[in-house]
Amino acid sequence: MPYNINSHHNKRHYVDWWLLLFIVLLMGYGLVVLYSAGGWILVKKQIIRLALGMLVALILAQVKPEKLAGITPWLYLITVLLLLAVMFFGYESKGAQRWLKIGIRFQPSELAKLTIPLMLAWFYRYRILPPNFKSIMMSIIILAIPVILIFNQPDFGTSILVAASGCFVLFLAGISWKYIVGAFASIVAIAPILWGFLLKDYQKNRILTFLNPEQDSLGTSWNIIQSKIAIGSGGVFGKGWQSGSQTHLDFLPEHSTDFILSVLAEEFGLIGVSILLLIYLLIIFRCLYITARAKDTFNRLFAGALTLTFFIYLVINAGMISGLFPIVGVPLPLVSYGGTSIITLMAAFGMIMSVYNHRKLLKS
Amino acid sequence: MSQLNKQIKNPQHEARIFSSRIAFSALLIVLVITIIFSRYFYLQVVKHKELLINSEKNRITTTSIPPARGFIYDRNHKLLVDNVPTYRLQMIPEKVDNIKQSLDELQPFIHISHDRILEIIQQVKNNRVFTPIVIKDKLNEKELANFIARKHNYLGFKAIPYLIRRYKYTDILAHVVGYVGRINNKEMQELDKSRYLGTEYTGKLGLEKFHEDTLHGFPGSLVVETNAKGRILKTLKQNQPLSGKDIVLTIDIELQKIAYNALGELTGSAIAINPNNGEILAMVSKPGFNPNDFVNGMSHAQYETLTKSETKPLFNRSIRGRYEPGSTIKPYIALAGLYYKTINLNYSMFSQGYFQLPNQDRKYHDWKRGGHGDVDIEQSLTQSVNTFYYALAVKLGIDRIHKFLLPFNFGETIGVGLIGEKKGLLPSRVWKEKTKGTIWFPGETVITGIGQGFLVSTPIQLAASLSMLANKGKYFQPHLIKSETQSATSIPFDIPEKYWQTIHKGMIGVIHDIKGTAQVIKKEGYLTAGKSGTSQVYGKKEEDIYTKNLEIPLHLRNHALFIAFAPADDPQIAVVVVAEHGASGSKTAAPIAGKIIEKYLTEVHQKAKL
Repeated sequence: MPYNINSHHNKRHYVDWWLLLFIVLLMGYGLVVLYSAGGWILVKKQIIRLALGMLVALILAQVKPEKLAGITPWLYLITVLLLLAVMFFGYESKGAQRWLKIGIRFQPSELAKLTIPLMLAWFYRYRILPPNFKSIMMSIIILAIPVILIFNQPDFGTSILVAASGCFVLFLAGISWKYIVGAFASIVAIAPILWGFLLKDYQKNRILTFLNPEQDSLGTSWNIIQSKIAIGSGGVFGKGWQSGSQTHLDFLPEHSTDFILSVLAEEFGLIGVSILLLIYLLIIFRCLYITARAKDTFNRLFAGALTLTFFIYLVINAGMISGLFPIVGVPLPLVSYGGTSIITLMAAFGMIMSVYNHRKLLKS
Repeated sequence: MSQLNKQIKNPQHEARIFSSRIAFSALLIVLVITIIFSRYFYLQVVKHKELLINSEKNRITTTSIPPARGFIYDRNHKLLVDNVPTYRLQMIPEKVDNIKQSLDELQPFIHISHDRILEIIQQVKNNRVFTPIVIKDKLNEKELANFIARKHNYLGFKAIPYLIRRYKYTDILAHVVGYVGRINNKEMQELDKSRYLGTEYTGKLGLEKFHEDTLHGFPGSLVVETNAKGRILKTLKQNQPLSGKDIVLTIDIELQKIAYNALGELTGSAIAINPNNGEILAMVSKPGFNPNDFVNGMSHAQYETLTKSETKPLFNRSIRGRYEPGSTIKPYIALAGLYYKTINLNYSMFSQGYFQLPNQDRKYHDWKRGGHGDVDIEQSLTQSVNTFYYALAVKLGIDRIHKFLLPFNFGETIGVGLIGEKKGLLPSRVWKEKTKGTIWFPGETVITGIGQGFLVSTPIQLAASLSMLANKGKYFQPHLIKSETQSATSIPFDIPEKYWQTIHKGMIGVIHDIKGTAQVIKKEGYLTAGKSGTSQVYGKKEEDIYTKNLEIPLHLRNHALFIAFAPADDPQIAVVVVAEHGASGSKTAAPIAGKIIEKYLTEVHQKAKL
């Protein structure tokens, strides 16, 4: 990439233009949909968030991965402490205790989405790969502590995302297929126990609703039924921008946050959905390309894990609103209105850009 | 090799594993995205139609606009029943800041009870904020004016116009038109729901019920877009309702009034019919009631009075009252005698005051002590000679009496077009054996000859029979709706003209002969043919037979009947009057019939001719 071969040591402003372009495209597309779903007021607020996210990304892109590695254990420790603080001092909203007030409202579980893959990448950076049993056990402990804390808040969606990000590190580190198969097998085995002891009633309800949404169309399954109607009624070409009746007559719940893809599907149809999926694919593949060219194990593992986590975000959201999975409350990355998730995601992209900026240079 | 790997980091090996995992991930990503895409393809292409219909169902709500009920007119297009706009006070909760305070302020101007206010406040809690709540139905003029004067202070309140049934004639016409009332649960099951959405009233009695289908009309529809909470956002389509059809009656309201007033304080029924076409000109059952009370709702006490009253105001005597025809049967019996040649036109007999069956002691008396002397057929009618008919009935026998009276509709329903018409009773041997389990006794034939015993008629049946008698066997079914013109049928007997004339002459004599029983109603200008009758009220002692009815308590007095048609030579009107406990057919019932005929022939009919 000729434009920054030489600038590597001279100029300090590193940007991966391709990734930036794709992200901006996604944001722009998202704002168009958000305007229809929530109007100008939400769009204005969202633009501020996106701009803030972009700033975070551009700053982090300049930070050398080595520096990041240096503070990673501390970041992990801080994350765990904050999660514990949430448990004791956090305040509740909508039945879950997820927030801390330190000047502003702050959700430590968002931080975990970044620090956990970082920590595991750090853990494996000098270890011999593929990981052996002992290191796997250790990394599971590293992962389990924050995941359990988040799960207990309760925040099922985030705990899945954090757990997934950790598993991706292990996967990319080359963990043996035996373990992968074994892990899936044991998940299937302990699922009933999880059901019996760990899941809260509302989580059980969500899963039951998922399995049989037509059972009570005005109760818990209302959301998913209305979402499917919104998507399906959009057809191939959609009902047109700002013309989605499901959205504009309030049949679709949470239409500017978790269900914004239903709005897009209703108004822009399958074509609109395809374009969105294509933009996501471009972002993901650009990130995978960057990951493939990372200079060391630490960089590879966390960049890869963050990329795959970003992908999982998309899969869970697109799957849950279309009735493929239970509703778990995961936003559509960079499109759904609000939340700390934009900052977290943009921070991840910043770090991925940094990986690219500080990649190993094969040839001059 | 594996031992070595554990010890020493091998960057090439690690990079290879990493590259393969990245490649695997890329593959997985493409696969998963394909699955996601397929899901959206499935929903947006395969299930598109079904889900689009669901989304339209979500969005679109159809409400019904009730039709206006058809009006009812009399034969001269005089309005009898219509709908009047009235106002109900409605409130939209979300537009009122302080509901309790507003209602308390309005309370002195628009009477609302405190209980009702509490009820409304409860209702507000149970309803959506944009759903209107009825504060009060049917505001009176003062309340409406009071509200309109203050309405700028009460923006959440509105006076909403709606139509309410109005009966311009109340007691006079009540039994003919009936009334509408609020649809009850049972009716809800039976009525076509799609036609009655939004309709609060349905015909309950009389023509209102019988012609419900015609009068009701067809509702329109209002297609609106609503949001998830049901709030109406805009109107998409509006189909105007089709109003119910008006109906024009055969009733002449002026004649109806005369008939009603002619009955005076008496209870009973009066029916006037045009024998040339079957049109019912007047049909009164007294006492009547006010149908508007059923529309507007009445208090429990009011309803109790109406249903428990001894005079039974809700009972339509014209079609449900069952009375012995008494002597009004005599013209038919005489006709039967002639037809079966039991007697001929020159027949006469000597009335000695009583009749006895062979080998029996029981005496069947004339109404006149000592009898009427020599009487022929005409005089037997004019003077109403019982013994003449005792003997004739016995000669005819019950079988021929039954056979002859049946085509005159005795014992039958007429099908006048009202709900609840009752059957009279025309007895026969078969009937007696079936219902009483005993044979027919000759004594029962004797009293059948003067219209007593088992024989029972409704006033409308008597009117139908009379119109056949007046029209010499030609029959037009009596009806109440002008457009339901009837074609003539004939009785299945070939009766010579002179027989009819003899019977008519005898009936003219009742009014115009010096020995006639009802000379009081004789009028210049036209001949009236008539016959009085007495319907026995049981419970009297046998020996009371000669005591003057006026000396016994009212409720034991006999019912007075009179049948008449005029002009006798060209009948334009046939009248049946039943005056309950009127005691004497000729003294009480005949003047009522006379008034109706006079009014019709001198005013109403003359006007119609012009």
